[in-house]
Amino acid sequence: MAYALQQLINGISLGMIYGLIAVGYTMVYGIIGMINFAHGDVFMIGAFVALIAVLLLSLGGVMDGPAAILLVLLASMAVTALYGWTLERLAYRPLRGSFRLAPLISAIGMSIVLQNYVQISQGARVKPLEPLVRGGVEVMRDGPFVVQFSYVQMLIIAVTLAVLAAFTLLVTRTPLGRAMRACEQDRKMAALLGIDTDRTISLTFVIGATLAAVAGTMYLLRYGVIDFYIGFLAGVKAFTAAVLGGIGSLPGAVLGGLLIGLIETFWSAYFSVQYKDVAAFSILVLTLIFLPTGLLGRQEVEKV
Amino acid sequence: MSRTEDRRSQARPAAGESDRPRQGALIALKDAALSALVALGLFAPMVGLRTDVAPSGGLYLRTRWADVAILCGIVFMLRLALVLWTGRRGLQPSTAPRPWTLWLQKAGRFFAPALLAVALVLPFIPGVERYELDLGILVLTYVMLGWGLNIVVGLAGLLDLGYVAFYAVGAYSYALLALNFGLSFWICLPLAGILAAFWGILLGFPVLRLRGDYLAIVTLAFGEMIRIVLVNWVSLTGGPNGISGIPRPSFFGLSFSMSGDPDTFAGYFGLEPSPLHRVIFLYYLIFALALLTNWVTLRLRRQPLGRAWEAMREDEIACRALGINITTAKLSAFALGAMFGGFAGAFFATRQAFISPESFTFIESATILAIVVLGGLGSQIGVAVAALVMIGGFEFFRQFGEWRMLVFGGAMVLIMVLRPRGLVGTRTPSVALGEKRAIGANLIGEGRG
Repeated sequence: MAYALQQLINGISLGMIYGLIAVGYTMVYGIIGMINFAHGDVFMIGAFVALIAVLLLSLGGVMDGPAAILLVLLASMAVTALYGWTLERLAYRPLRGSFRLAPLISAIGMSIVLQNYVQISQGARVKPLEPLVRGGVEVMRDGPFVVQFSYVQMLIIAVTLAVLAAFTLLVTRTPLGRAMRACEQDRKMAALLGIDTDRTISLTFVIGATLAAVAGTMYLLRYGVIDFYIGFLAGVKAFTAAVLGGIGSLPGAVLGGLLIGLIETFWSAYFSVQYKDVAAFSILVLTLIFLPTGLLGRQEVEKV
Repeated sequence: MSRTEDRRSQARPAAGESDRPRQGALIALKDAALSALVALGLFAPMVGLRTDVAPSGGLYLRTRWADVAILCGIVFMLRLALVLWTGRRGLQPSTAPRPWTLWLQKAGRFFAPALLAVALVLPFIPGVERYELDLGILVLTYVMLGWGLNIVVGLAGLLDLGYVAFYAVGAYSYALLALNFGLSFWICLPLAGILAAFWGILLGFPVLRLRGDYLAIVTLAFGEMIRIVLVNWVSLTGGPNGISGIPRPSFFGLSFSMSGDPDTFAGYFGLEPSPLHRVIFLYYLIFALALLTNWVTLRLRRQPLGRAWEAMREDEIACRALGINITTAKLSAFALGAMFGGFAGAFFATRQAFISPESFTFIESATILAIVVLGGLGSQIGVAVAALVMIGGFEFFRQFGEWRMLVFGGAMVLIMVLRPRGLVGTRTPSVALGEKRAIGANLIGEGRG
């Protein structure tokens, strides 16, 4: 029981990170119908910028405290947003309205570029960071086993919920959110009604990158070890989460992320660590066999 | 096409004739300055501040502002040159015929036979050494994989991101059958193909109902699952250490050993024993396998099955309404594509004599898919050209060391931005009334499966 509770806490905090990345995938997919394969690497960039920001702050003498973490988060969000914007501008905008596979290949190319860019500029070695936030709350004690709800995990859950709440407000209540939803429904019609679709799509990428930056920062705080390759696996998992929840659906992405996080954690805890990815993928395949558009996805009406 | 034209005319400033150059230069300067500013924002944290691991284990920052300045300068100059050269419209993707397209089309008629002839005599061209032959084998392997995937993606229009799984199945089938049962390469080759095709069908079944990107992620998941199993099933596959000592193929029972005995290749034909013989043999082996893939594809395109694939790619619902069995068409496309992947895998195993899960990562699938799309979906010659450009070019950039992958990825983006329909912009329709004429690639569907 205590063990399961601990896994639940771990799984939710991991799932939150996946969910944040998955939202970026699903937003881009909803609005322009392409898989942004480089999104996982944008997450990796976010983690690296956060690492650099942490080191800069420690040079400046500010070591810990909520203000430092907030600064790191903001720095990572700002720089990563710029990366997201540039990515869209360079690799996807010229291909707008082109056929479906061209942006996909372009995205895979961009993913290779980003990975190798970071490998060259920051080195291939794994970067270990001393944990910034230590300690936690003891939730339950079962004999020698102590269920620990660490401050980092609390931070992850709190920050993710706050960011997602802000994001939901943005999408449902602001003019930009309305423009985004309009573009998602019918881009041509939205353009006819005076929405600057190019700008809206750019901002979608910027917002997606910002969320990925939050995920990257949280990943750095939680695991403390990053390298240039973390983006691939996290990206694939998050994409799986987005598809599991129904690609294009924002609540679906978060739900899918949580599910993937929980499946992975529980599988590694009770069965085998080696096959945790196989478990996550198997659930995906099984879900899609019975619900071909994911858990919360809309059935697309297709006409000849 | 018309959209492109619209944008171009919009972008031109409506100023007087005399103002235009100066204004253009000003706009270009402003534009380039903005780009440089963005570049500063991008590079200042990531390039300017390098995190290094100190000997004590902690991290410290090292600044490299000079590099940032150089990079921003490069971005500034590039953007300036680009804007001045193209006007404000920037780079435009194009599938439209260019002036030189017609000339290229004429030359294209001789291009494929010429390429084939060069490939045929390559081992005997003076100056071609071991290195060039090895590169030729590598390129031909990718040509074959590209042609195999082309059946699934280019003809049937099913986006497969896990093609490398079948390559892995072929390679491991050959290695395990040859090592455990002592079967020869020539028996294992068809077996590897059959096993891979079987896996193609097995993985094809669950995805029959899926469309578009759902299909893409599931195929990707299958590819990763097979790799994870290969890594972890240590008792069968040797895990991350892989399998070594895989037997080499023989030439009608004659081995390629250096002893010069009568039962070796060199001894039987009275040649000087040379390690080059085996390389040349492997070269022709993969050449023949690749040609087989091409031939089967071309023949199938004329048959009901191939036509059903292409109809399915153009419109699945209409195709179903016309009474074509979609299940058969999809599964056969997966099976045939997988079979050729399996052949290529068996060849890969026998050539390397060592395989490990390292060789079957997602990047491999992405490379093969990139070759198919960069060459031009459904175009056989396009795939060959793209394999030559990407794999050959990749080797060419060897001296760049770690920059090589960066250039590789950048080239993928650039080719797609400039030629979204691939390097070869025309397709030959499988069926035509009267004379077959090359048509624009944008007239061919891309499939939604």
